[in-house]
Amino acid sequence: MADDTPKIRMRDLHKSFGTKQVLRGLDLDVGVGESVVVIGGSGTGKSVMLKCVLGLMRPEQGSVEIDGQEVLTMAADEREEVNRHMGMLFQGGALFDSLPVWENVAFGLLAQKRVGRPEAKEIAVSKLAQVGLGPEVGDLFPAELSGGMQKRVGLARAIAADPDIIFFDEPTTGLDPIMADVINDLIVKTTREVGASALSITHDMASARKIANRIAMLYEGRIIWQGPVADIDHAGNEYVDQFIHGRAEGPIKMAVRA
Amino acid sequence: MNILQPIGRVFLGFLRTTGRLSLFTGGVFAHAVRPPFYPRIILRQMIDIGYFSLPVVGLTAIFAGMVLALQSYTGFARFSAEGAIANVVVISITRELGPVLAGLMVAGRIGASLAAEIGTMRVTEQIDALTTLSTNPMKYLVAPRLIAGLVMFPCLVLIADVIGVFGGYLVAVYKLGFNPSIYLQNTYDFLQAEDVNSGLVKAAVFGGIVTLMGCYHGYHSQGGAQGVGRATTNAVVSASILILCFDYILTALFFTQ
Repeated sequence: MADDTPKIRMRDLHKSFGTKQVLRGLDLDVGVGESVVVIGGSGTGKSVMLKCVLGLMRPEQGSVEIDGQEVLTMAADEREEVNRHMGMLFQGGALFDSLPVWENVAFGLLAQKRVGRPEAKEIAVSKLAQVGLGPEVGDLFPAELSGGMQKRVGLARAIAADPDIIFFDEPTTGLDPIMADVINDLIVKTTREVGASALSITHDMASARKIANRIAMLYEGRIIWQGPVADIDHAGNEYVDQFIHGRAEGPIKMAVRA
Repeated sequence: MNILQPIGRVFLGFLRTTGRLSLFTGGVFAHAVRPPFYPRIILRQMIDIGYFSLPVVGLTAIFAGMVLALQSYTGFARFSAEGAIANVVVISITRELGPVLAGLMVAGRIGASLAAEIGTMRVTEQIDALTTLSTNPMKYLVAPRLIAGLVMFPCLVLIADVIGVFGGYLVAVYKLGFNPSIYLQNTYDFLQAEDVNSGLVKAAVFGGIVTLMGCYHGYHSQGGAQGVGRATTNAVVSASILILCFDYILTALFFTQ
């Protein structure tokens, strides 16, 4: 495998729901150890793109390669093997209500029978410490945690198996600005610690500036601009300019009817 | 107005649901017999489906047995055949009322709870989270519940049979003045292994129906809280209808020459 093979390569992704075309030929690469943030308004296809990469949704056309391997045509057990090297932080946390926090964090390790329960609990406690939570939190249930704590637990679960790639779906949505900044710092810190590549989607520009090496803007199912985070303020693209400044006036027209 | 259009739409919808349900059922059975297995989850589900359903099944069975004895007496007394009450009670309970009433009661309790639990997991992305953690949701969520249903329903029905017959005995002996030992002797003499076995086979089938309907509707729920509510209703209604349909089919298979 050549050294310049990207960690994730998406080419010409198309996905529709009925007559609505959500992805219309999306191309994007995420390099090894790189953190790419995809920005864009609601309904532009950010979540659909993420689900296509994670194998939760199947695009009608295009290719998704991870470490140079095409994953869309893989058998289910091969795909599970690929997913073992990934972590995902869901927008709402998606913690399992019926399990205590430590079992949530160590779920992947336990389900794959990589470690016994006592060792899994030790790993979970150390991962919780990495995201600033004490060992006593491990014995609580997700319903007993605040939104910010749930995000931290979700982050601990995403890094529990020391993944090569971590995905973040709107990591700061629904959090107050201070907690959002705490989560952003944790994302940067933990991603560096495990040495993972990261692909995030958000419409929170403060978050994007903090966690990204590179930003890509998705509009109407295609990447219309991408570049280093330092270039975003002089991107020379009126869509990007309107989006990052949050202006109602501009080329992006918000749909008021579905 | 084209009247064929709505009919065709309903028919295509029916075919689509039937196809999806068949694939779902085949997939679950395939996962249920292939490792990895999740014994802790299977055990937890067996306790939930079996142990915690005992009160509702026991109460249903004892009252069904009592009513059956009373109704049989008032009917049979017209042509002096009161002695057949023990036979009627035991055969009705073991062949029919035990499995069907237990099935319907547990469909309400377990079918609804499975659909609500799995439906909530679907709309809160917990099922997607399982996939990203390299865990097949069908294997982790659905297969253990199916196994628990297939094992625990026959156990519940066996207990319901005993309690139902005991209900008939209570009414016959303490209200209608039957001799206890003669009543029990009649019960024992007329009961055949086939009566109990057919009821247990029905129970296993009903267990499969209830767990599959609960899991299927929960797994495919969409649209937030309203979708979960719809899934719960659909799970109970479809399980109840299928129980009655399969009761007829199995009875025809077992008892018609």
